Amino acid sequence: MNRRIGNLFIVLAVGLLGLIAMTTYWQVVARSSLEARQSNVRLVYRDLAIDRGSIVSSDGVTLAESKPGTLDGRTVYLRDYPTGGLAAQLVGYSSLLAGRAGLERSLDPELTGSTGDLAGVINSFDRLKGDTVRGDDVILRLNAAAQKVAMDELTKLGVRGSVVVLDPSNGGILVMASTPTFDPNTGLEQALSDPGSPLLNRATQGLYPPGSTFKVVTAASALDAGLVTPETNFPGPSCIDSGGQKLCNFRDRAYGPHSFGYALVHSINTTFAEVGADLGKDQLEATMRGFGFFSRFPWDYPPEQSLPSGIFNRRGNLIDPSAPIDVPRIAIGQERLLATPLQMAEVAAAVANGGQIVQPEPVQEVRAPDGSVVRRPSPVYLGRAMTTETAATLRELMKQVVDEGTGGAAAVAGLDVAGKTGTAETGTAGKNDAWFIGFAPAESSRFAFAVLVEDVDGTGGDVAAPIAAAVLRALTAQTT
Amino acid sequence: MPDRGFLRLPARNRELALIALALLIATTGFAAVQLARAQEFAASPLIAAAFFAGAYLIAHLVVRITLPDADPYVLPITAVLTALGLIEIYRIDATLARDQGLWIVLGLVLFVGVIVAFRDIRRLETLRYTCGAVAVGLLLATIVLGSEVNGARLWIRVAGLQIQPGEFAKILLVIFLAGYLRERREVLAAPARKVLGIGVPALRHSLPLLIIAGASLVLLVAMNDLGSSLLFYVIALAMLYIATGRLLFVGLGAGLFALGAAAALQITPRVQTRIDGWLQPWADEQAQCCYQITQSIYTIADGGVLGAGFGRGLILNSGGGTIIPYAETDFIYSVIANELGLVGATAVILLYLLLAWRGFRIATTADDGFSKLLAAGLATAVAFQVFVIVGGVIRLLPLTGLTLPFVSYGGSSVTANFAIAGLLLCISQRANRERA
Repeated sequence: MNRRIGNLFIVLAVGLLGLIAMTTYWQVVARSSLEARQSNVRLVYRDLAIDRGSIVSSDGVTLAESKPGTLDGRTVYLRDYPTGGLAAQLVGYSSLLAGRAGLERSLDPELTGSTGDLAGVINSFDRLKGDTVRGDDVILRLNAAAQKVAMDELTKLGVRGSVVVLDPSNGGILVMASTPTFDPNTGLEQALSDPGSPLLNRATQGLYPPGSTFKVVTAASALDAGLVTPETNFPGPSCIDSGGQKLCNFRDRAYGPHSFGYALVHSINTTFAEVGADLGKDQLEATMRGFGFFSRFPWDYPPEQSLPSGIFNRRGNLIDPSAPIDVPRIAIGQERLLATPLQMAEVAAAVANGGQIVQPEPVQEVRAPDGSVVRRPSPVYLGRAMTTETAATLRELMKQVVDEGTGGAAAVAGLDVAGKTGTAETGTAGKNDAWFIGFAPAESSRFAFAVLVEDVDGTGGDVAAPIAAAVLRALTAQTT
Repeated sequence: MPDRGFLRLPARNRELALIALALLIATTGFAAVQLARAQEFAASPLIAAAFFAGAYLIAHLVVRITLPDADPYVLPITAVLTALGLIEIYRIDATLARDQGLWIVLGLVLFVGVIVAFRDIRRLETLRYTCGAVAVGLLLATIVLGSEVNGARLWIRVAGLQIQPGEFAKILLVIFLAGYLRERREVLAAPARKVLGIGVPALRHSLPLLIIAGASLVLLVAMNDLGSSLLFYVIALAMLYIATGRLLFVGLGAGLFALGAAAALQITPRVQTRIDGWLQPWADEQAQCCYQITQSIYTIADGGVLGAGFGRGLILNSGGGTIIPYAETDFIYSVIANELGLVGATAVILLYLLLAWRGFRIATTADDGFSKLLAAGLATAVAFQVFVIVGGVIRLLPLTGLTLPFVSYGGSSVTANFAIAGLLLCISQRANRERA
């Protein structure tokens, strides 16, 4: 019987040793591949161990910060957004539930201290040791007071829309508002399925027909090509025939003979359609490229949240360069031309900036936990959209738009505002996308802006220009 | 500590030295958890450690008086295992640890009771049919009166306590089989006639074995748990093999069970779910089949070679519950593997291997058939239970609802395993004294 007892022991011993072998497999062989699995909740907890840096506005308002809590005896950091929906689309979110978006996503390496430089490598050792890693703080160019005015103005009207204000000298994003908004602390789950798409950053992801604001681009193209001067004369019928279809002025108004400059100030469609036809497809598209159309701005923001503007086909993709387009209608900002508010703010900034296109820049500086400055972005010029002379000419004409043209409602006491209105047909009768783009002061500009309001009865001059004025007042009150 | 001269020490002094070592491990472990989680717990654990030490020292003294020649390793092994379990349970929930401490003390009381009552192990042999009847009664009671916990019908409520009668029925069944097989092993081994060239024993002798096979399958369906029925069946087959030496019985039995189990699976959805989770755990990690097992594997893998350290792993979620459901019972091995790493997990398995080795060694040194069968049966029960539950949480086998002996939280499990330890010591006392 003892031999059989020995045999049984050997069988059971082999089984127990098999347990050790399998445990070794999980803990040694398969460990790293298991750690990399997205569904491993331990990854989430590991992220919570990082004391993610704060995001603060240039005027010192905390937009995102980490608050310590306890999980299984260790300190963890949960994200809190003290200003709720104030700049929710720009700042984005870092959530266990929904992942990351906005600056929380694009600045993640700095906020978590996991950049590729020496500090990031040291942090990765701390992480292995289980020590808390403190990420860098990011100070934005955003002006929270002006952002609040922009959000309030849009919310007050109960509209979907967006306000973008750039610093034309360095591309700094001073305001980037988008409505409807959401509270990243509590409203994220609901926002994911909200039909009003509050998660959408309308400033960078919203594509709208730019309407008459695009006449600035057409004018730049024609002036640069030497096709017109501000004094060039045009007839002023109420409608013209374009490609077999009637193309009319706003409310079919007839103007009589006038100069090209007058046509921009009073937004005369027939004149710009004629200019567009003379420019031709290649010339106009070349100018558009110079302004940044047809490609994403290469800025510090998740690429899929920053769409290129341009001419789109029926399937919603940018058209082929060889595809035929209705140039006269593109020239007045209609047809299949769509632009983001950020793109139109860049158009205004280029005029204000002597023709240069500067890259949008959300960050003022990145600070290490000890307060030292890690990074302070300098302006990046992406190229020239027009000559300095053309920019100067347009600046003068756009000033007249506010002084005596369609943009009177944007006037701000003590501030020289220049701009261009736009009222784009949306396809729904009586509903327009109302635009106002511009810059201020007209000389040595500090603010270049675009205001867009979706689906309203009024015009750009009625609806969008007053919002621009309110935001400009807030900005000048802050900075003077 | 152990050196060349250690093995020449008297058995009881070796036992005392090893118990002291176990208590040192226990105290260090409690202190480590306390240091890691100082902000959460009060100063009670050192008192608990002292209480634990006292209970073990009393048990040792009783053994010293009643069973002076008994095996000196069994009790210290249980001390290390219960200490490890208690520390990890304390780390999960201090209230559960208080209960578990009480179960350990009750277990040691039962241990003392067993060694006092069955100091002469032959007294137990006369009780074999009583044991068999009580085992069947307990299992029937579980099936009839049982309540389902986590889908399995393994518990009955008595006076507000959840009792798992299967743990006790298992021991009684081993006692019955040891007595029965010693009595009948000649007739079972010597075939009465040949069927298809295979010698089979007379029906009246083999009937009880067929009953056990059938009963195990009935248990599988009635209790909705593969683990318990597999455990009972394997114990019976192992003891049959030792008694008769006929591997053919074992092979036939295993085939019979496999066929029966395959059929029974069709009517037990919970077991089916467990099989799905075993074969395809990554298919849908949040689903019922797979959540526990995938979390268990993540937890084990996270421990690595050296582990996070006592009290320093990530075991609890933000709500204070365990990330793996039932971490303190079925999945205690995963928690140990997380906090003590491969080194600690291997040590735990080796402790069970050592315990099984002592059990089988006691079986080989015993000089009567009943003692041999009883010791081997009990050692098989412990070792195979470890194999099934640990195999389940590491995905070597389908997951089942068994406890890890001496380590898992649970009164029935802890006290029943102490009874096994007591019986092993009684057998070894008789064997060693007669050899001496």
